[in-house]
Amino acid sequence: MFIVSVTPLKGKLGFAITLIIMSLITTSTISWIRRDRKAAVSSVSGVLVFVAAAFVLMPLMSILYEIIRLGIGGLSWGIFTSDMSKTSADAPIAEGGLLHAIIGTLYLVIFATIASAPIGFLTALYIVEVKGRFAGTVRFFVQAMSGVPSIVAGLFIYAVWMIGLGNSYNSIAGAGALTILMIPTVARVSEEVLKLIPNDLREAGLALGATQWRTVAMIVLPAAKSGLVTAIVLGVARVAGETAPLLLTIGGSDQINFNPAAGNNSALPFYVWKNYSFGSEQAVARAWLGILILMILVFFLFSIARYFGRLKDRSR
Amino acid sequence: MIGSGDNANQNREESMNKVGTNQSGVTNTNRVQSSQGSLASVARTSSDNKDASRVVSGSGLEARNIHAWFGKKMVLEDISMDFAPGSVTALIGPSGCGKSTFIRILNRMHEFIPTAALAGQVILDGKDVYEPGVDVTKIRLKIGMVFQKPNPFPSMTIRENVLSGLKLSQIKISNPDELLESCLRRAGLWDEVKDRLSEYGGALSGGQQQRLCIARSLAVNPQVLLMDEPCSALDPGSTLRIEETIRELSESMCIIIVTHNMQQAARVSDDTGFFLSDGGPGKLIEIGSTSQIFSNPKEARTEDYVSGRFG
Repeated sequence: MFIVSVTPLKGKLGFAITLIIMSLITTSTISWIRRDRKAAVSSVSGVLVFVAAAFVLMPLMSILYEIIRLGIGGLSWGIFTSDMSKTSADAPIAEGGLLHAIIGTLYLVIFATIASAPIGFLTALYIVEVKGRFAGTVRFFVQAMSGVPSIVAGLFIYAVWMIGLGNSYNSIAGAGALTILMIPTVARVSEEVLKLIPNDLREAGLALGATQWRTVAMIVLPAAKSGLVTAIVLGVARVAGETAPLLLTIGGSDQINFNPAAGNNSALPFYVWKNYSFGSEQAVARAWLGILILMILVFFLFSIARYFGRLKDRSR
Repeated sequence: MIGSGDNANQNREESMNKVGTNQSGVTNTNRVQSSQGSLASVARTSSDNKDASRVVSGSGLEARNIHAWFGKKMVLEDISMDFAPGSVTALIGPSGCGKSTFIRILNRMHEFIPTAALAGQVILDGKDVYEPGVDVTKIRLKIGMVFQKPNPFPSMTIRENVLSGLKLSQIKISNPDELLESCLRRAGLWDEVKDRLSEYGGALSGGQQQRLCIARSLAVNPQVLLMDEPCSALDPGSTLRIEETIRELSESMCIIIVTHNMQQAARVSDDTGFFLSDGGPGKLIEIGSTSQIFSNPKEARTEDYVSGRFG
């Protein structure tokens, strides 16, 4: 074809580009013949929008496909029941497991959520509902905080919690670093959600003789409930895959550690990083397995959050 | 700037337009045009129909020398009105003349707008609601409000919506079911929703939602009900239902309604106040019994407005 001969695009890519251009030409010609110029422009923009959407979906689908393709081979019941304390990283993948990493990640996500959800919500309430004198300043700092590189959060906890206060590696420290990363996401999303609640509802509450506090607690927050759950979900999504701050805070471990407050612990991203850097064929397969499990875990947490967010919210 | 008391007391007698006495129609109305004639006759019929000997509990509401500002801009200048118990007062006038601001001043909703300032007094039960130390939530319990857009609480069922005022203001009562039924009956909604009280308020039609909002404001037993264009988002059928409700409610309380619908003002109100702003602050141009305003207004501008020549 013409495109293949004059451009370096060959094979599948050349085929895709040719297909797009051909479909553009065909649809616009057909519309022009059957209707007029406006219809042709409309159909061309329709195709372009579709192509753009496809380009966005393509990497996502390809990532999902690769993770499942490479990770699914390692799935077995054993990985959920054992850790890596008695298995070396280049042992066959059927040996050992990643229960220690799952437990570590659950601890991190749960503690980070418990810490950051109230702080994030209250920050959003301060900005949107209280509209205090420092609302603008607070919003500015929340936005600035959401741009903090994750390793800086880890380093901060390392400097303050460990060097400064003399603690050692544990899950709580890791959750602290993730909290710093999660608060701005939760605060910003809940701020947007609270802004969407129509002012009419607040006025109606106040006009019924409620104080501002009761209006917020009984009308604004219930109306915003599913949005606030989304804020937490997005916050968890932000931190669940973080690796860099964990390197400085949880220490890493091959053993199950049920105590979040003492001793080194692992986490799924940490497990992935460690096995990938080991480098043998079996270890890399373990890394892919870890990614798959992390994705499943995050998806599972989302589903639970969505379910509880939608309960008693069937009016819409 | 809240409560410039001295000035208000001096000027009260001169500046206050005494209304609220139910005058019985108007006789010689030669100035009236044909289009206006129909409105006038509507107004006369509705005021004649009203039972003059009804018993009304509670006192009315008095606004004295109300001035209001948004930032440096004066939006209301020297408004004084009386609202008698058991009467319906309609406030008419073109958009932007301060009617809504005025009724929001009456139950202190005005002060939520950050730059809003106010002078004057609003007297309820002989006391200024803007006096320092007055509990604003108590005032809003006595002066209820229905908004332009129906706004039932989306997270509550119909039943919870009606009783929400009690919960919000922490009032406990022994028989919520009785109150629920009586409020919904008074708002003319009971028959339509009695079998679906546990559905969400958002499932109702627009007109039903607005009547639900009326029922909700009735639950805390207010003496005064403010309505800010309650029918502007509704179809004629729902509007009619709400007007019937207003007529029934006016037996027992004082109702103040802002409306752009002249027919509506003529149909439901006993008294009508006409607001106008000539680019500056809004002023109360004329107030009188509804039949007089629509058939024989004193002011040429009122006549121009009610006859549809501008606005």
